[in-house]
Amino acid sequence: MTAAPQPRTDVPAIQVRALHKYFGKNEVLKGIDFNVDQAEVVCVIGPSGSGKSTLLRCVNRLEEPTSGEILVEGIDICDPEVDLDGVRSRIGMVFQQFNLFPHLNVMKNLTLAQRTVKGRSKDEAVEIARRNLDKVGLAGKESAYPAHLSGGQQQRVAIARALSMDPDMMLFDECTSALDPELVGDVLAVMKDLASEGMTMMVVTHEMGFAREVGNKVVFMDGGVVVEEGLPDAVLGEPQHERTKAFLSKVL
Amino acid sequence: MKRTTKQRLVRLALYALFVVLLVALYFAADWPTIRQNFWNPGGVALSGGNWGDMITIGVKNTLIYTAIAFGGGLLVGLVAALMRLSPVAPYRWLATIYVEFFRGLPVLVVLLFMAFGIPIAFQWTPPGGIVGAGLIGLVIVAGAYMAETIRAGIQAVPKGQTEAARSLGMGAGSTTVRVVLPQAIRIVVPPLTNEFVLLLKDTSLLFIIGVQFDERELTTVARDLTTTGPSAGTSTSLIQAALLYLVITIPLTQLVAWLERRQRRASR
Ligand SMILES: Nc1ncnc2c1ncn2[C@@H]1O[C@H](COP(=O)(O)OP(=O)(O)OP(=O)(O)O)[C@@H](O)[C@H]1O
Ligand SMILES: [Mg+2]
Repeated sequence: MTAAPQPRTDVPAIQVRALHKYFGKNEVLKGIDFNVDQAEVVCVIGPSGSGKSTLLRCVNRLEEPTSGEILVEGIDICDPEVDLDGVRSRIGMVFQQFNLFPHLNVMKNLTLAQRTVKGRSKDEAVEIARRNLDKVGLAGKESAYPAHLSGGQQQRVAIARALSMDPDMMLFDECTSALDPELVGDVLAVMKDLASEGMTMMVVTHEMGFAREVGNKVVFMDGGVVVEEGLPDAVLGEPQHERTKAFLSKVL
Repeated sequence: MKRTTKQRLVRLALYALFVVLLVALYFAADWPTIRQNFWNPGGVALSGGNWGDMITIGVKNTLIYTAIAFGGGLLVGLVAALMRLSPVAPYRWLATIYVEFFRGLPVLVVLLFMAFGIPIAFQWTPPGGIVGAGLIGLVIVAGAYMAETIRAGIQAVPKGQTEAARSLGMGAGSTTVRVVLPQAIRIVVPPLTNEFVLLLKDTSLLFIIGVQFDERELTTVARDLTTTGPSAGTSTSLIQAALLYLVITIPLTQLVAWLERRQRRASR
């Protein structure tokens, strides 16, 4: 038996090759190729139904790719032998609907996976959880239950929960879309901090300001293909394709 | 007239009518006869009067039978629910047939079948005699109802919960045990308590299969006391049984209402 492949730091964090995804007969991703480099922030934009969420969810195999290749830190995640739970524990994911565990308080939300997946001691898990709560500006909320927090607070707890696994990269799926406008800023500020610390991030978003200010690269998707990608100023400021122009004229 | 004033007048008139009816009923009734026919329990002592057999045999057996039927039904129901959610189609079919079949039959028919039909047809002596056969029938029926409740509870846990747990690297087993089931249990406790109450009342159907003296549940005891004992020939024992049932069921239905109120508040 060969040893399980180890995550590598000398290759892109995420490599997607010729990725196709069908739901039944409906082809949602029609051959996607792109990379996310280590410490890079890639923002994915595009109209509703273009396949952004599906792409993101393929990266940690919450969706099963139909064909193509996805390498995470050099590891083929579709290899039947792969330690999928191990790979997933190195990829933090933040959802539009937060998905905090409602039966657990904030501290337990942050320590559950640390204890069951990483096998950390209670003290260690609690200490790491405290540090991450502090980082998202929610120190002191340890014993609150999710239902008693605002949407913005819940989403920051969700980010802290993902960070407590010490992930090498973070995936964000429209994580501010379900929030009241006045709460969006707090969450974006946390994400901006993360980016400045060198976290590798793949961010599906409708926040063009965030994409331009924080993103190293913007990917525009439409109809299951990547139409255009490049520096934020280029894609958002001087789009080359008609579909990009049409989309941007609607959202800007 | 203002709308609220009119509403208040209507309500007042309805109250007045109610009081008049009560008073009329009181004077029209022949209280000595009613008392004679409906309430003559023969004293409150556990020995002698009706209460003794009703509580030490009737209530005791009713509670034991309910507990057995509920526990067995829960086990059968959990298995059937997991089968209905199984990715393996034949398991789903089997569970669906079981659930639909037994939810579609009158409980009485199932009981008669278990107590007489099957033992005669197959020369089968049920464990625990005829009561055992009846209880197996109750377990089978209760399991069919509980399977649906449990399945609905598991499915009511949002898919995002599983996805969040799996995306943190948690395996399928710990996701089910630590994330999905605790939430599903909270959802099914009120409806399962309701089924407990229904089951408790359904144990009265065991009356039909005719059991031994010490095995009688509450309704059978009450029925027997309409022909023997201090209140023979009156409805006293039936009223006593009704009171005893209510003493058990009303707190339980109140508990369900409280649990449901609390859940609604928590989910907001
Ligand atoms: N589980 C599923 N089963 C069937 N079809 C699906 C499923 N998930 C997504 N789809 C379909 O795939 C297409 C792309 O969906 P996806 O959620 O990836 O789009 P999106 O770009 O994220 O859109 P939005 O901006 O609205 O979130 C849609 O047409 C959607 O109906
Ligand atoms: Mg989406």
